[in-house]
Parts: sequence; structure tokens; C-alpha cells
Amino acid sequence: MNFRPLVAAVVAVMALYAMLAAVAELPPYGAPDNPTFNQLAERYIGKALEETGVLNMVTSIILDYRAYDTMFETVVLFTAALAVMVVLRTDKGMGG
Amino acid sequence: MKIRDLILKRITTLVLPFIQVYGFYIIFHGQISPGGSFAGGIIVALGYIAYATAFGVDEGRAVVPEKVTTYAESYGTLWYALLGLVGIAKGVPFLANKLAGIDVGVPGTISSGGLIALLSIGIGIKVASTMVSLFFTMLEEEV
Amino acid sequence: MSLVKLGLVDYGNMLMLFVLIVASLTVYFIRDLLHAVIVYGVFSFIMAVVWLQMNSPDLAITEAAAGIITTVLMMLVISRTSRREE
Repeated sequence: MNFRPLVAAVVAVMALYAMLAAVAELPPYGAPDNPTFNQLAERYIGKALEETGVLNMVTSIILDYRAYDTMFETVVLFTAALAVMVVLRTDKGMGG
Repeated sequence: MKIRDLILKRITTLVLPFIQVYGFYIIFHGQISPGGSFAGGIIVALGYIAYATAFGVDEGRAVVPEKVTTYAESYGTLWYALLGLVGIAKGVPFLANKLAGIDVGVPGTISSGGLIALLSIGIGIKVASTMVSLFFTMLEEEV
Repeated sequence: MSLVKLGLVDYGNMLMLFVLIVASLTVYFIRDLLHAVIVYGVFSFIMAVVWLQMNSPDLAITEAAAGIITTVLMMLVISRTSRREE
């Protein structure tokens, strides 16, 4: 008798139980005392206009508070283009 | 020239300026209205891609030479990092904006935000050139 | 569980979310890759409308633009490789 499907099923059920238990531990969705509503969010919402002079708060976060993150996002784009060029470019050489 | 090609090219020529102006509008107005440099750069790139699709690869390459996309792609990121060095030069953290003593201007105007407008232009150029060069590389290279 | 009064917009949102689920399942099960890419374009368009309904126009604009350019690039990749899934 082959026990592998049985073992796999037991492991899968255990993993499912662990994940469901983790989900049950999460704070309720949208409750006002969630840990996501901390001083950081208050600071961003309250002081973004004063500290950056930008009306669009999303821009003030991605280009001022998290500008370092955005810089490496552009590096990720650069790396993607570089990978495509390395794979597809054959004998024509760089610069035309 | 087939009549179908003629209609395609005419319509592309008519629509293209509006696409480009909308893309640059989104890039430059990232501080005021929704949007931002990523979406604006992609829209500008889509304009070039539409042109190259309708008129053929060679005509598209004539408008945007390979040198332009290569340099724009490299120097977009470098421009971003150089603007970050302004903060270092003033003695405050990397990429600092108001901390570095830059005037953030009046909120709601296009010059507000200090460094943010300049950073947006850099990212817009970078994203547009990346998308255009990905398109041309995938389209014209024979494996 | 309280009974929430649903308006017309809520039913529209539910319909759009249902279409999103159907589209993503279709992308998984469909055999012709070109059709899968087109269905993905539908997915990204409806996702942009859903973002707009959720009051985040930034994400809506980015989703619309990125969805279109992803569709274009995927079609290019299909034109270079095979169209049928092996």
C-alpha cells in the first residue's frame, strides 16, 4: 500500500489548520483600534501637506517619505530591461 | 498601400498628440491630481508603441533612436540619485526634501513640492524609455 | 451580522468582482494563450474600474496603463513563441 497520498493529505490539512488559525488571530477588518492605525498613519495624514507641500498624499509618500524605495523600483525596471536585452540581443552590438 | 493601413495610420496620427499630452500632463501634475510618474511614463511609452505598431518598426525607430532610449534609461536613474545627493550635500539624510532647506512652494501649484517635481520627471523619462526599449527589443531582434 | 441595505452601486461592485473572479479562472483554464492574454486585458480594465469605485484614482490610472502595456508585451512574447499551450 502506498502511504504517500495519505501523508500528503495529512500535512496539507495541518498546514491549512495553521493558516486558518493565523487568520483567526488577525484583528477584525476595519476596526478603529487596529495596529495599522498607529502614529505613523496619523503623522502622514496630518502632516503630509505641511511637510511636503503636495496635495496628492500618495505622491507625497512615494516620492518624499519613501523616496528611497522608489529609487530602487526604478533600478528594478532597469534590471528588467537589461535582462531582456542580454537574452534577446545577439550580434548587432550596442549603440547601433 | 492598402486602404486599411491608410485608415490605421490616419487615426494614429490624429490620436497620438492627445495621448502624448495626456501622458506629460499626468507626469507633471503628479503633485496635484491623481496619477504620477509611473502611469504617465507608461502612457507616453504607449503613444510611441502605437506609432511603431501602425507605421512599422523602422519608422518607429527613426522617431526614437536606440541611443535615445539607452541614454534615457541609464541617466533617469542617475538623475534620481543625483537629486538625492542634494540632501547629503546639505548635511541631512539622502533624498531629503524639506529638511534640506528646499522651498516647497504653495500647495496646489505645479511648482509645489520642492524636489518632487524633478524626481517625477526623472522617473517618467525612465519608465517611458524602459517600456519603449522593451517593446523594440522584443519586436525586432531575431533569435 | 447586521442586514446592510444594498444600493445600485453595491450590486454593480458585486457584479464587477464576480466578473474578476470568472476572468482570473478563465486565464488559468484557457488553452489558447492569445485568448488568455485578451481575457487578462479584460481583467485589468475591470480592476481599474473597481479601484476607481474604491476611491483610489491613483491606482486606477496605474492599473489601466500597466494592464495595457502588459497585454502588448505579452502579445509580443506570444508572437515570438508558440500560441498553443503544450
